[in-house]
Amino acid sequence: MSVGDSHVVVVGASLAGTRAVEALRHQGFDGRITLIGDEAHQPYDRPPLSKTLLSGKRTADQVRLHPDGDDYASVLDVTMMLGRRACSLDVDAAEITLDRDERVGFDALVIATGSRARHLNHTDHLPNVYVVRTLDDCLRLQAALVAGARVVVVGAGFIGAEVAATAHSLGCHVTVLEAAPVPLERQLGATMGTYCATVHARHGVPLRVGVQVDEIDANGVILAGRERIQADVVVVGVGAVPNTEWLQDSDVAVGDGVLCDAFCRVRGSGAGTLKGIVAAGDVARWTNTLFGEEMRIEHWTNAAEMAEHAATTLLADLNGDSSSLMPFAPVPYFWSDQYDIKIQFLGRSTGHQEVVVVDGSMESGKLVALYRRDNQLIGALGISRVRQLMSYRNLLATGASWEEALTHAAQ
Amino acid sequence: MKIVVDFDRCQSNALCMSAAPELFEVRDDGFLYVLQEEPGEDQRAVLEAAVRACPTQAISIG
Ligand SMILES: Cc1cc2nc3c(=O)[nH]c(=O)nc-3n(C[C@H](O)[C@H](O)[C@H](O)COP(=O)(O)OP(=O)(O)OC[C@H]3O[C@@H](n4cnc5c(N)ncnc54)[C@H](O)[C@@H]3O)c2cc1C
Ligand code: SF4
Repeated sequence: MSVGDSHVVVVGASLAGTRAVEALRHQGFDGRITLIGDEAHQPYDRPPLSKTLLSGKRTADQVRLHPDGDDYASVLDVTMMLGRRACSLDVDAAEITLDRDERVGFDALVIATGSRARHLNHTDHLPNVYVVRTLDDCLRLQAALVAGARVVVVGAGFIGAEVAATAHSLGCHVTVLEAAPVPLERQLGATMGTYCATVHARHGVPLRVGVQVDEIDANGVILAGRERIQADVVVVGVGAVPNTEWLQDSDVAVGDGVLCDAFCRVRGSGAGTLKGIVAAGDVARWTNTLFGEEMRIEHWTNAAEMAEHAATTLLADLNGDSSSLMPFAPVPYFWSDQYDIKIQFLGRSTGHQEVVVVDGSMESGKLVALYRRDNQLIGALGISRVRQLMSYRNLLATGASWEEALTHAAQ
Repeated sequence: MKIVVDFDRCQSNALCMSAAPELFEVRDDGFLYVLQEEPGEDQRAVLEAAVRACPTQAISIG
């Protein structure tokens, strides 16, 4: 069978899924492609859901991933199955079972089912409790964020912080609660996590750390110790979980995400990888050889880049020519817009031993801080310092030493 | 080949600059500057990489 006769199925019709489809076509694949996604909407972009869409600056039509909308399917010659859920995968039979028991066979498969918002137990039935993951979540929350509303945001991570900032800008009375003693510690480390979180107080939004939410009811939240905070709206932003349940009984190796090799190929539950199956985006866990670290990244740029890389691997494997393949070894990147600041991070903070502000200052609210592990530069944080931060990307990509990074900073 | 930036969408996070430093620059004033409005065909690949890197779909090729 030639590659052109193959049928590639992509499961998950969001950023990673659509980027995989585009990359397959750009790289000359002219076989059949089917894109399956359980959301009924045309593919849309998530970052605006806590920012410009929530604030009303953008409409739902403006956050579509493909402005040409319905033409997308015909331009890329892809069969879209939207509003359809993949329920299980049979690797040996090369077949997916969808809801309503429909079966779809494939020659190659891209797993791009992303992640979903983590919920707090026993709160889903409450009409005043919100998460922010999907367009529908966002539109529902937007309707509740009227001026004067009392809003409690549970979780001071990036999405929680962005929602707090947007709600504040809409005239809501916002309080942010964080269970950990230091917000954003996992992503930014203790010093910079604490510093970034001061943005709330600077805008008159109280942040309380180290507080445990015991219960949520129709009147607000109750903290451990029985203190009650009245709220009309409770937004839960306590992280995300990868969508892997549909793979549970398959041969795919799963462990906080779909386990992949360094090339985005999906591992089997035995040894080795599964032929013709790749994964990308929020759902995928792989070893980034640049950092020598296994990671699963829940950020926009990674989903876009990994999908492209996974498509390249898939086509090379289908062509039986993997000799020139490169491992997927990017410098991870994310940004977050909160109030009047733009936080950007390149690289990693995991296991860092030192953080140094090399540009700007904490007092000025604009800075670049570098992260050191052993003698390596492993990460760079920018706060409203876009150009300066981006100059560290090459250093990170080439595995620069700490001295090289400090020399660069001094220039 | 013409670079078209929708400045209403652009959020100045400089991913385009990282992908194509010869075409885009975000300066200290926080604004994005297009360094070559009409780059030659030989730059198509880097320009396309910048288009894909932009998280706000602010860049298109006219
Ligand atoms: C509110 C919000 C704000 C964000 N802001 C930023 C930001 O500022 N910067 C940044 O870097 N990143 C941000 N992100 C993260 C970024 O949006 C994600 O990393 C990105 O969406 C990941 O893309 P993905 O395609 O891998 O997964 P997802 O976007 O999660 O898409 C997966 C898709 O697959 C579908 N699916 C799941 N299971 C199945 C199944 N069994 N069958 C069929 N379909 C299925 C899902 O419904 C979904 O549509 C934000 C995310 C959110 C939610
Ligand atoms: S990547 Fe897009 S949003 Fe960012 S500066 Fe460039 S054009 Fe603007």
